[in-house]
Amino acid sequence: MESYALLLAATLNAGTVLAIAALGLLVNEKAGIVNLGAEGMMLCAALAGFATVVHTGSDALGFVAGAAAGALLAAVFGLLVIWLNTNQYATGLALSLFGAGFSAFAGTGYVQAKLPERAQFSIPVLGDLPLVGPALFRQHPMVYAAIALALGLVWFLYRSRAGLVLRSVGESPESAHALGYPVRRIRLLAVVAGGALCGLAGAYLAVIYTPLWVEGMVAGRGWIALALTTFATWRPARVLLGAYLFGGVTMLQFHLQGAGVEVASQFLTMLPYVATIVVLALISRNPAWIRVNMPASLGKPFHPGS
Amino acid sequence: MFRLEPRPQASAFWSLASPLLALAVTVVIGTLLFLALGKDPVRGLQVFFWEPVKTPYALGELMVKATPLLLIALGLAVCFRSNVWNIGAEGQFVIGAIFAGGVALLAGKDSSRWIVLAILLAGLAGGMLWAGVTALLRDRFNANEILVSLMLVYVAEQLLFYLVFGPWKDPGGFNFPQTRTFESVTQVPRLMQGSRVSIGLLVALAGVAVLWVYLFRTRAGFAQQVGGLAPAAARYAGFSSRRALWTALLVSGGAAGVAGALEVAGPIGQLTPYVPAGYGFAAIIVAFVGRLHPVGMVFSAILMSMFYIGGELAQSRLGLPKSLTGVFQGLLLFTLLACDTLLAYRVRWAALPRAA
Repeated sequence: MESYALLLAATLNAGTVLAIAALGLLVNEKAGIVNLGAEGMMLCAALAGFATVVHTGSDALGFVAGAAAGALLAAVFGLLVIWLNTNQYATGLALSLFGAGFSAFAGTGYVQAKLPERAQFSIPVLGDLPLVGPALFRQHPMVYAAIALALGLVWFLYRSRAGLVLRSVGESPESAHALGYPVRRIRLLAVVAGGALCGLAGAYLAVIYTPLWVEGMVAGRGWIALALTTFATWRPARVLLGAYLFGGVTMLQFHLQGAGVEVASQFLTMLPYVATIVVLALISRNPAWIRVNMPASLGKPFHPGS
Repeated sequence: MFRLEPRPQASAFWSLASPLLALAVTVVIGTLLFLALGKDPVRGLQVFFWEPVKTPYALGELMVKATPLLLIALGLAVCFRSNVWNIGAEGQFVIGAIFAGGVALLAGKDSSRWIVLAILLAGLAGGMLWAGVTALLRDRFNANEILVSLMLVYVAEQLLFYLVFGPWKDPGGFNFPQTRTFESVTQVPRLMQGSRVSIGLLVALAGVAVLWVYLFRTRAGFAQQVGGLAPAAARYAGFSSRRALWTALLVSGGAAGVAGALEVAGPIGQLTPYVPAGYGFAAIIVAFVGRLHPVGMVFSAILMSMFYIGGELAQSRLGLPKSLTGVFQGLLLFTLLACDTLLAYRVRWAALPRAA
């Protein structure tokens, strides 16, 4: 395969992990809740997905297990934050720390495990096109699912009634409550959905992208996904764009190494993290720009009847 | 159905009782976990709560691990009290260790004993520099300090790896990624023979006193905290939020940097890829469980140190993964946050209204 086609294919692959997680967090944040536990949820889901595939040989079951693990952890977070009014930042942090510890603890037996060989996916005819075929049309279905998810979210958030209610809960929970919407239940649903998508991203990472299990393998992707929602100023299509951009930066390091660039590998590994910092700083410079699209009650607790 | 009823005032009783209740719940869950793993829970609890205090030597080891946790948590308390969310203390710890290690590598056999002071100051400078990057980006560009400080942890770790795999690698080290062992003159002085406890413990305890005076007895400490509690009031009173931001980050970065210096010039004695041991993250839990109070954090640092030692013993004695430590640490923070609901709310049991 051409090296640029290879780079493009790898970029899509790496971007998919970030896109699915960041789109989940977007739903979550549109409802007004910040979940800093993304990293922990993705780690536990990566392990759950990987372990399930090792035992059953079914990728589909692995994805289900990953999504379920993410949803379960998100539900615990949601109950604490939404019903017990705990601090969102601290609780999310607790989830990340717990997730890192628990996945490392429960995953020790899977470090050496191998996954069964999987068939290559290829869309008929398109996959055989020269150059673009291998890059764009021989991807795992999840790559296309991520794009569909972004488009679906655009429709859901801005064209559907349920999406309007979700956004109103994130903008002004008081008004939504006064109109008779069950604010806390809607927020919990959004948090669980966000957790399920983070879980799916974690499972994709461990089952398809890598595919193996090592302690701490999410390596900050959960935090980068969180940064992506700010980067995209809470617009689903921009999340997708940002995710591929970051996927490209992640892949660039391997490409540079392959091209014989004389830089210590550690500096290349730093790239995605440094890029996140630089991009965050550039995007955040204009507070007005951020505020236009940021859910007005993001991070603020809501207690009905008090 | 139970209902939460807001209290007119935060409960003073639960402020002290909630960490204890959280610990109790964590112990119960831990016991269930041991049962689920088919291990004797009594033995498990012994490993975590009795072995670390059984002998004077064990107590010393408890202090060795509690020292960095306490130091970092003291700095983080200044941050969290002023609503600055620095969660990159791990990175500041690593850069402190690198700066300190750099100075230590310069030392020869005949260096003065005072080089230890230079090592600690280098650690301080390194930690402040790393936290200063976060402060600068937050101040100038409004960049979220949570994400920036966290991303900088990964950058700091890669810098450390670069140095120990590259330019600072010990040529006589059988190709292990580590620097040469520092000269003994760089060793932070120990408090007594037969124990690894160093003057770092005194530094941390002095930090407790300084923080107490600063927070509760000085105007600057008061101003620092008002911004976190009531930003509007702080503006009205003319307290600068920029100054609060920089103070919080520089203090916490410096404290984490000194902790890093004390580690590499103390128990570790060289730079290795294992310098980042998670103290920076565990210290976040120490800070919360200690109620962001200087004295409270002494107790929570000791508790968290028990979890570290317990995890190591669980590995060697019970054949359980060392990461059990992380499970307990995360659980404790979770249960604490849940129990803290009792501070602000009364739980009322209310019968569901009957359908007419």
